[in-house]
Amino acid sequence: MAYFLQQLINGLTLGSIYGLIAIGYTMVYGIIGMINFAHGEIYMIGAFISIIAFLVLGLAGVTYVPLALAIVLLTTMVFTSIYGWTVERVAYRSLRGSFRLAPLISAIGMSVFLQNYVQIFQGARVKPMPPLVQGGFTILESGGFAVRLSYLQLFIILLTLLLMAGFTTLIASTPLGRAQRACEQDMRMASLLGIDVDRVISLTFVMGAALAAVAGLMVTLYYGVVDFFIGFLAGVKAFTAAVLGGIGSLPGAMLGGILIGLIEAFWSGYFSVEYKDVSVFVVLILVLVFRPTGLLGRPDVEKV
Amino acid sequence: MTAATGLAVDQAARPPDLWTPLFKDALLAALVAALLALPLVGLQTYDIGGGALGIRTHFDWVAMGAAAVFAGRLMLRLYPRLRGYGTIGRRNETGRIAVWANRQIVPITVAGIAFAIALPFLPFSSRYLIDLGTTVLIYVMLGWGLNVVVGLAGLLDLGYVAFYAVGAYTFGLLARDLDFTFWEALPFSGLVAASFGILLGFPVLRLRGDYLAIVTLGFGEIIRIVLLNWAPVTGGPNGIGGIPRPSFFGLPFTRTAPEGVTTFHQFFGLEFSPDHRVIFLYFVILGMALITNLFTLRIRRLPLGRAWEALREDEVACRALGINPTNVKLSAFAIGAMFGGLAGCFFATRQGFISPESFTFIESATILAIVVLGGMGSQLGVVLAAILLVSLPEFGRAFAEFRMLIFGAAMVAVMVWRPRGLISHREPTLRLGGRPAGNAGR
Repeated sequence: MAYFLQQLINGLTLGSIYGLIAIGYTMVYGIIGMINFAHGEIYMIGAFISIIAFLVLGLAGVTYVPLALAIVLLTTMVFTSIYGWTVERVAYRSLRGSFRLAPLISAIGMSVFLQNYVQIFQGARVKPMPPLVQGGFTILESGGFAVRLSYLQLFIILLTLLLMAGFTTLIASTPLGRAQRACEQDMRMASLLGIDVDRVISLTFVMGAALAAVAGLMVTLYYGVVDFFIGFLAGVKAFTAAVLGGIGSLPGAMLGGILIGLIEAFWSGYFSVEYKDVSVFVVLILVLVFRPTGLLGRPDVEKV
Repeated sequence: MTAATGLAVDQAARPPDLWTPLFKDALLAALVAALLALPLVGLQTYDIGGGALGIRTHFDWVAMGAAAVFAGRLMLRLYPRLRGYGTIGRRNETGRIAVWANRQIVPITVAGIAFAIALPFLPFSSRYLIDLGTTVLIYVMLGWGLNVVVGLAGLLDLGYVAFYAVGAYTFGLLARDLDFTFWEALPFSGLVAASFGILLGFPVLRLRGDYLAIVTLGFGEIIRIVLLNWAPVTGGPNGIGGIPRPSFFGLPFTRTAPEGVTTFHQFFGLEFSPDHRVIFLYFVILGMALITNLFTLRIRRLPLGRAWEALREDEVACRALGINPTNVKLSAFAIGAMFGGLAGCFFATRQGFISPESFTFIESATILAIVVLGGMGSQLGVVLAAILLVSLPEFGRAFAEFRMLIFGAAMVAVMVWRPRGLISHREPTLRLGGRPAGNAGR
């Protein structure tokens, strides 16, 4: 029981991170119907920027942890957003209306480019990061096994909830959110009614990148190591989360993220750590084969 | 259309001040580039020992990058103006080179094959060059195999390396446990890989294109993780070693042969040279690649090949005409997988050692890059792209380091400027009565 609870906590933490990345996939898919394959790399870049920001702050003598966290959070989100914006502007914008696979291939190219870009300029070695937030609560103790909820896990889950709440409000009740929903339903009609579609799409990428940046920061803090290759796996898992929840649906992305986090945590807790990535891929294949619309998605009708 | 008229108006009423907006635009681009480069290029992390990181500043690189982006952006905006047409000019998707190459396809092919056959005997050729040629040909064969799936059938396969791995491991296991030789194992490698293709394809081929891509990627990773962790069978991260080399109709390429076996150099009365095997391997893969190409060229003219191309262009129309999309796609998938498996078998015998490290996603991306850059569906383009990709690192260490960076950027650039690839050939193979076929595959 205690072990189960511990895995649940670990899974929720992991799931929060995947959920934040998954939102980027699901939003982009909802609006322009493409898989932003480079989104995982955006998350990886977010993790790198956060580690660099921590180092710079350390050199500047900022040692008060909450202040450092706040500053790093902001800088990471800002700089990563610029990456998100640029990727859309360079690699996707001119491909709207091209043949179906063109944006996906371009995205794969972008992903390869960004990975190698970081590898060349930051080195291929794993970047370690000393633990910044330590300590935690002991929730339950039974049979010599203590269930712990660290402050960091609490921080990650709470920050995710906060961001989700803010984000849902943004989509539900601001002019920008309304424009986004309009573009999702019918892009041409939205543009006829005076919505700057290019701007909306750009902002969608910016928002997705900002959330991925937060996920990158969390992973830096949680695992304490970052390398140029983390984006690939995290990207595929977050995409699986988005598909599982129903691609195009925001609550679905979060739900899918948490489910994927739980599956991974329980799989490594009860079966084998080596095959935990396989479990996620199998889930992806099963969902796509048996329920391509996901848990909360709408059916997608193919038009001629 | 509206763009064209808008352009005309724009040119007629062009403000006298041409340069200010251009410079503003370029400056903005440079600013964005500087912001992008600031954290990741300008502040470089490095190990200072004891598991800690230090930071080096490289603001000069940031400045150089921004300057390069400024110049590049300016050129990009200036070029259409200098050429006297607007941005619509780049909609010309098939370049003049491609038209020329497609018209001269027979002489180019003959010259290419003649050169490939003569390569080992040319005065400047060396063992190193032949080795390089062998690597190029492996990629050519993989590219041609993937071209069946991506270029002809229009199915984006991001896990092609899985079939390559299956082929290699099939031979590795057969050789280790059952003492198979290369030639005995070759058909099995192809068969097993094709079966894996069908196994994967059967449930997923009804998925839409981009979903299919992600699922194949997942499949590729599953295969790699299983190879890595199923140590009792696959040897885990240590892989399988001691894979036998191919023989020339039973004549081995060794200095001394066991009792009762004639070696290659004894049989032909030659001086023993290790180069014989290298040259032989080169010709084996050349033959395999050419068979792949011949097969593809022929099958394009069969109903099956036509169904692939038709399916790529319009699935709904195909279904209306009574083509079973799943079976047609499955055949493309299986044939592509088979060629991947055959190439994998050759790879195993050439290296003598295989491990999961050789079959990562990067390898899939590389093969896909070759197909995409060459122009999906173009056989000649694949050759050029493979030569470029494999030989790029040979021009120096800097190129080796930047190889995948350049290829990633090139994939984006090709999609943006020439979505049909460098040498595009997406014209339908068949036309009715010589009438110009409609613009294929919008």
